[in-house]
Amino acid sequence: MSKIIIGRYIPGDSIIYKMDPRGKIIATFLFIVIIFLANNWLSYLFLSVFTLLAVWATKLKPKVFWDGVKPLIWLILFTSVLQLFFTTGGKIYWHWGILNISEYGIQNSIFIFIRFVMIILISTVLTLTTTSLEIADGMEWILKPLGYLKVPVAQIALVMSIALRFVPILLDQAVRIMNAQRARGADFNSGGLIKRIHSIIPILIPLFIGSLTIAIDLATAMEARGYREGAKRTRYRVLKWSKYDWINLGYFTLLTLILLLTRTY
Amino acid sequence: MKDNIVTVQHLSFTYKDTKHPAVNDVSFNIPKGSWTTLVGHNGSGKSTIARLLDGILLPDENSETLIQIDGITLNEKTMWDIRDKVGIVFQNPDNQFVGATVEDDVAFGLENRQVPRLKMQTIVHDVINQVGMLKFQKSEPQYLSGGQKQRVAIAGILAIGPKLIILDESTSMLDPAGKDKILALIRKVQKENGLTIFSITHDINEASQADQILVLNQGTLLASGSPIEIFKDESLIKSAGLELPLFYKVKNKLIKRGITVPQEIDNEKKLVNYLCQLNLKM
Ligand SMILES: Nc1ncnc2c1ncn2[C@@H]1O[C@H](COP(=O)(O)OP(=O)(O)OP(=O)(O)O)[C@@H](O)[C@H]1O
Ligand SMILES: [Mg+2]
Repeated sequence: MSKIIIGRYIPGDSIIYKMDPRGKIIATFLFIVIIFLANNWLSYLFLSVFTLLAVWATKLKPKVFWDGVKPLIWLILFTSVLQLFFTTGGKIYWHWGILNISEYGIQNSIFIFIRFVMIILISTVLTLTTTSLEIADGMEWILKPLGYLKVPVAQIALVMSIALRFVPILLDQAVRIMNAQRARGADFNSGGLIKRIHSIIPILIPLFIGSLTIAIDLATAMEARGYREGAKRTRYRVLKWSKYDWINLGYFTLLTLILLLTRTY
Repeated sequence: MKDNIVTVQHLSFTYKDTKHPAVNDVSFNIPKGSWTTLVGHNGSGKSTIARLLDGILLPDENSETLIQIDGITLNEKTMWDIRDKVGIVFQNPDNQFVGATVEDDVAFGLENRQVPRLKMQTIVHDVINQVGMLKFQKSEPQYLSGGQKQRVAIAGILAIGPKLIILDESTSMLDPAGKDKILALIRKVQKENGLTIFSITHDINEASQADQILVLNQGTLLASGSPIEIFKDESLIKSAGLELPLFYKVKNKLIKRGITVPQEIDNEKKLVNYLCQLNLKM
């Protein structure tokens, strides 16, 4: 259970790990935009090669990437099959009612498939090599301009990093409460939906009270340590931009240029 | 008084929507450099006093009330100056760990005081070293034991350079070995940094080593004095929900039987020696 919520960071020390989270987040967003430039076989080929190289550069086992794709595989296949049957154009190979398999249909469904998988792979590269705290720090920097609109970015970031820090503790509490309920004969794994929801309520209530206690304690401790809401603070943890981040951005800029050159207009 | 780091006079506090004051007309002093313990049964108002001393709670309005810490009178304006002088280590190690890693957490108080980053780095390193956690500087809290988290909490407080450390049952969630280690660490940093310790505890052994004991019962202060003075009256300690250490029980029983035992005898060895001598004389 903890795997899903905490994110799936896997410690490592390849070049991707040395990159700044800001660069990685920007590159991921850039990738999701430029992926729509690809529209022919050659551009899709370059897109795939660049993505797979990035995957390879993490030096992580292919299995962990497959774990990223697996939960979505039915959605991807379903979308691809829809494309396959409903796109018309080019040579028609098969035809039945409103369904048909055409030249364009085959091509589009393969393109959609590649597009999906590549987006998942690139975002998996980000989440596997970046801790949730780094992502929160990176997002804080990226969202900084919102500060001019009076959005309390620094406060939101502090709340985020504290929330991230308490996820394992709350999970721990949830497991403990579940075990306590189980010891009293509760059964969480059988029965219909209604019954299951019923058996979850006795977990949620103590969990909710537990988090309130944590929140009150934490607020007191923060105040005792001189935290003033809305006051200026200095920062101990800072992000450092290095040559690896230029490599990162350079890599994706190069991909953008190649896609612009190879796509059909 | 000049040599008191804390002066409290006629302090009362009533929580909102409650009828009876949680702290009722309490007055006491804490001598500079001392180790003062506050004992009392559950709900007697100990934590409330700790919060009042730090300005997290503000006392009931009363013109006679005075809280003075290191020469500063506590009020809404001086609250933040007081917090530079007082650090509190709370009971639950998890619920006071704010940072994502050990060093981040230690830096929290410094960030709040807008200490420049370079200076922060030196201070953070120094205090983490002082509490013996250098090896864990980059660790995340979920990989630390309760005792290690309390060490981090102490480091975070030392970083601010306070004069007074309040321990609100800081060792009550630790196992006996962890408890002893934390207390030893506090004694060490007390000496090294010239601190005053105000410790709230249910541990009679810790109390018996203090310079001063305050006994609280339902919000009122029953007595204050040295362990020898307080332990003379067993009912006093009972009212705090505690048991006297065996040595004091024996001593009190001897006195009751009409055997004179000098006041200054405050441990087993001295008592045994004294009784042997007494035996020789008889
Ligand atoms: N936030 C609050 N609101 C209302 N009443 C409170 C609040 N906090 C504490 N009290 C009450 O005030 C009294 C003193 O509480 P306090 O926490 O100071 O006791 P304590 O001596 O620290 O107890 P313990 O040994 O259990 O920590 C108790 O009766 C408690 O129920
Ligand atoms: Mg308490």
